[in-house]
Amino acid sequence: MMYDTLKTLLGSDILAMVIQAALPLIFVLTFVLFAVWLERKVSAHMQDRLGPMRVGWHGYLQTIADLLKLLQKEDIVSTDVDKPLFNIAPFLVFAGTYAVFAAIPFSSGFIGSEIDLGIFFIIGVSGLVVAGILMAGWSSNNKYSLLGAMRSAAQIVSYEIPTMLVVVSLVMVTGTMNLRTLSEMQSGYFWNWMIFGGPDMGISKFIFIPFMIIGFIVIYISTLAEVNRTPFDIPEAESELVSGYHTEYSGMKFAMYFLAEYANMFAVSAIVATIFLGGYQSPFGYLGNLFNAHWLIPFEQFFWFAAKGCFFVFVQMWLRWTLPRLRVDQLMAVCWKYLIPIAFVDLLIIGLITVL
Amino acid sequence: MKEYLSNIWKALATISIGMKVTFKHLFVPAVTIQYPDVKPELPERERNRLYVNMDDCIGCDQCARACPVDCIEIETVKAIPGEDLGKTSNGKKKALWVTVFDIDIAKCCYCQLCVFPCPTECIYMTDVYEFSEFERGNLVYDFVTLTPEEREEKKNNFAKFEAEKAAQKAAAAAPKPEAPKAAATVVEAPKNPGNGGEVKQ
Repeated sequence: MMYDTLKTLLGSDILAMVIQAALPLIFVLTFVLFAVWLERKVSAHMQDRLGPMRVGWHGYLQTIADLLKLLQKEDIVSTDVDKPLFNIAPFLVFAGTYAVFAAIPFSSGFIGSEIDLGIFFIIGVSGLVVAGILMAGWSSNNKYSLLGAMRSAAQIVSYEIPTMLVVVSLVMVTGTMNLRTLSEMQSGYFWNWMIFGGPDMGISKFIFIPFMIIGFIVIYISTLAEVNRTPFDIPEAESELVSGYHTEYSGMKFAMYFLAEYANMFAVSAIVATIFLGGYQSPFGYLGNLFNAHWLIPFEQFFWFAAKGCFFVFVQMWLRWTLPRLRVDQLMAVCWKYLIPIAFVDLLIIGLITVL
Repeated sequence: MKEYLSNIWKALATISIGMKVTFKHLFVPAVTIQYPDVKPELPERERNRLYVNMDDCIGCDQCARACPVDCIEIETVKAIPGEDLGKTSNGKKKALWVTVFDIDIAKCCYCQLCVFPCPTECIYMTDVYEFSEFERGNLVYDFVTLTPEEREEKKNNFAKFEAEKAAQKAAAAAPKPEAPKAAATVVEAPKNPGNGGEVKQ
């Protein structure tokens, strides 16, 4: 819808495409500015302190100050690094993260590209991050970076499995992988959301609820591990690996990793919100419908989408400051011994319920 | 199998307890004091920068001797008799001009050991703690209230007085060796006849 509006507005095919591709980027950048500030304030208040207070009102311009600082730093490249890999790695990580935004529906009026295999595409392309991280760790010529990168690769690859199992169980229930259709199916009020069993009001809806909730928890935990957030942040464990795979980076490249991490956090929260909690649908109905101003609806939906994404990002930050870091063998145990069997059993039960 | 399920249950339960605690702490007011705008409340007898009230200082050097890091330097000059330096606030009469009273506040360890020996309580700790300087030399505080010319004048007065005394002494000492000689001869003369009469064998 957005593409057509832009095309009629501007008259040119290519310009409309460019703007449509750039809009999620603008959103991501603004979100990262907000998220870094939010993280610092939330972590500070959870620790009974204040966080940044001087730059702007309560420090909200602190991220901009940090960005300017990172921009003007010297780009240090040590002599023994593998130069092509070292230079490309940050951009690969960011590209892998940003490509996910192409398939997420921001509102009913805007989706980057409507892919019928939406979720499949997302999970596949977020694996590009592994390649980037491995390149970064290997080319840094530093044993700590290498360790961090290896652990990260193991972690991301193994936690893709519970994610995929839960997604498959959801696909069985809804019959589609297209994210826009999934969001449209959950329209109405909040009891139509997937986590509460889905749109059809039968007895099966109520039987689904506990298994949907289990699936939600499993996918939230495994996507937390995919973005390398505590308690799974071994790859960038600040106290253990001196910053892991991005130890040797300085200046703009480090800013890229930072950007990629926060963009990834939002992408993953957005995916979880879309498939389980109704994506851009509002829980109560639309003000646009109330006042008969139907043009308002896509903007409202965007607001709900951003709100749900931000809420899950806030929960990720909350978890970060509550839980200690898992050891690498505990991390693997959680994935292979707990999450995968639970997700698998969940899949079987949901499949049985769907068939019967 | 039971252990497996109890592990899962324990994990979820403890994580939610932890999350409840952190969430409660979100609403606890922060304990940070935003320093330059808000100053912390210090205790009443907090030991901060030293101050010397020179009107009461009698130049006894007790504070300099008590200082463990030797940050106080005192030089005094005796007053010439007849000069009136005034009294301290507890009635003692001052007898020394203090020409140098330097405290190197960078060396000072704020132990308060110089405050107790002072007989007139003229040195004491104030509540000033923000006195950083750009030049290190500015941290040597000079408490003497006399101008440099006055200090020189007192020193010279005393030196002159000493010189005069020494000159007087020299003048008194020079005729002195002659006087005893003359006295000796005078004394010995009457002694001789006396001696003749009283020769003991």
